[in-house]
Amino acid sequence: MHSNQDSPSEVVLHVVSGKGGTGKTTVAAALAISLATNGHRVLLMEVEGRQGIAQLFDVAPLAYEETKVAVAPGGGEVWALAVDSEDALLDYLEMFYKMRRAGSALGKMGAIEFATTIAPGLRDVLLTGKAIEVVKRKEKNAANAYDFVVLDAPPTGRITRFLNVNSEVSGLAKVGPIKSHADSVMSVIASPLTTVHLVTLLEEMPVQETLDGIADLEANGLPVGSIFVNLMRPPKLDANQRKAVAEHSLSTSDIERGLEAVGLNSPELIASLEREALDHTQRVDLEARELQRLEDAQRTIVRLPLIPAGIDLGALYELAEIITNSEVTK
Amino acid sequence: MTSLDIDALLSNTDTEIIICTGAGGVGKTTTAAALGVRAAELGRNVCVLTIDPARRLAQAMGLTELDNTPRPVSGVSPGSLNAMMLDMKRTFDEVVEAHADPERSKQILENPFYQALSSSFAGTQEYMAMEKLGQLHQDDSPWDLIIVDTPPSRSALDFLDAPARLGSFLDGRFIRILTAPARGAGSAIGRIAALGFGIFTNVLSKILGAQVLSDIGTFVAAIDTTFGGFRERADATYELLKKPGTAFIVVAAPERDALREASFFVERLQSESMPLAGLVLNRVQEVEAGSATEEQITAAAQRLRASGEFELTASLLELHAQRMALKERQKHLAARFESAHPTVPIIAVPAMAEDIHDLDGLRQIGAELADKNNDW
Repeated sequence: MHSNQDSPSEVVLHVVSGKGGTGKTTVAAALAISLATNGHRVLLMEVEGRQGIAQLFDVAPLAYEETKVAVAPGGGEVWALAVDSEDALLDYLEMFYKMRRAGSALGKMGAIEFATTIAPGLRDVLLTGKAIEVVKRKEKNAANAYDFVVLDAPPTGRITRFLNVNSEVSGLAKVGPIKSHADSVMSVIASPLTTVHLVTLLEEMPVQETLDGIADLEANGLPVGSIFVNLMRPPKLDANQRKAVAEHSLSTSDIERGLEAVGLNSPELIASLEREALDHTQRVDLEARELQRLEDAQRTIVRLPLIPAGIDLGALYELAEIITNSEVTK
Repeated sequence: MTSLDIDALLSNTDTEIIICTGAGGVGKTTTAAALGVRAAELGRNVCVLTIDPARRLAQAMGLTELDNTPRPVSGVSPGSLNAMMLDMKRTFDEVVEAHADPERSKQILENPFYQALSSSFAGTQEYMAMEKLGQLHQDDSPWDLIIVDTPPSRSALDFLDAPARLGSFLDGRFIRILTAPARGAGSAIGRIAALGFGIFTNVLSKILGAQVLSDIGTFVAAIDTTFGGFRERADATYELLKKPGTAFIVVAAPERDALREASFFVERLQSESMPLAGLVLNRVQEVEAGSATEEQITAAAQRLRASGEFELTASLLELHAQRMALKERQKHLAARFESAHPTVPIIAVPAMAEDIHDLDGLRQIGAELADKNNDW
């Protein structure tokens, strides 16, 4: 079933970025499962040669070939592809010039490495170009080959430059074939077919980078989607308890009696618990401040919990369900 | 585990360069800044070269502008601390201006290919960081210790590889082929075509357009006559990194991916005989060791929850158990790293409840870095 009729939004390409260490590959994978739910076909792409997708889904390293990595609730499928610029260049040569054979001869000489190095924007145009090719690809019956494409993109610090291939290339070539290719890529990226999500943690630096990233994307006319707040931990203490902690008015005797009841009462443990309570309270306050800054950005915020046992396939489905119940995929 | 003795490293006047490296998001820049503050307070004259500091961190050092020139950080003594942020385009421009006469450097700086290369070439940042390091580390420089925070690249290894890649790229055979016409050797193209290389320029001009090729040709011809080989420059800085006065510090978070990256880097440094000082395991979970095990704490919390009484104590015990479990997992990952790299000294730095805002915060991290009695 290759249709996206039940999806009111036109978005086909979901680009996922985020500061290093925030878990953007995990979020991209969970988003792909979520989008595949109820019979959709989704392609999850990575472009940085890290084989992060293969590790997450616990499959062999991905070749330059679309591979089915997971099924989704209700009969959907997640396919995955690791794109490298050399393969993407060969595709490009074939598509536009029927020159794949010449291209692979050049590859053996190291010339493609050279070409993608010589033109800084070329690499990015080829990588984003591949994503656009998949987005536009049709089956024989004219249905879209994939209902959605999720791109695990470079980190926030580089995302605008990565997506803004037009200006990257125009610095190099004002006219010519690569410029027109960039133009056609851009016409999809800067359109309602595309949205860029940013993944963050509730810490100062990632939040600042997210806000800067949003401003940067907007300034360049790129479509910003949702903010995914990852690794959220629910507060263990309620607001009143945290207030007491902050004011150093927590009742020690209360804790003492509790520990007594379970035979663990010791001054050392009480001291530890009180220190940890303070630490926790500071952390929760900091997170609340950072969350407020994100809310001020007026974007849909998706909250993803820390999965204590770590990320495995089961955890991806858990996160996917949370995304499905959020507004992102509605 | 072998403890990394930070104070011994920082106080040793033979230590002239410290390079902080590691995956993105592990706290490299903060570590570099904290090391800088501590070294200056141990009496060294330090310059910290950062690549892309968070605004807050620059503010923590009291800096309002970071503009490719070392700026003094006040309030640090008896030594001194300067900090600067790399502006890769400016650095590249300066290299050109220093080596070419005004007319030729104008020609180079205005070349479209140069402009693209100097502002967005993958690897230019690393190359310019090396170049800047070389400049800061001259005999007459006022600093006796330079601390470098490496660029946020896809892989920590890029810092080592990119400069050589850029150097060999600019000196390489393909660029010579492209520049052949610009050098007036018109027949070169014919010879190359005969060798089967014609297809190469053909493909390139199809993709890039003929104008780009010609820009590249002019650029390389101009730059070639002015300074002798990018490669030699890159090689010279690379050699600097191998000298005994250099120390690499690998920073990692106690997480699987960050430690995997750290392993790659450690292995690479060892295979290249690069001076590795040790690993900073950053933001580890601390829990005070008590007599009760995590299972006992968890069971006690459950009993309290079931009884419906002492909810506060139950919550605190749950929090405690959570931290114990996290620490256990982190220690397990650290132990795996350690058994794979038994000779690498490690220092663990605890996670701070709040972000770093000022010099005191950096001092606190510095103290943790130097706390070799930390038995985490």
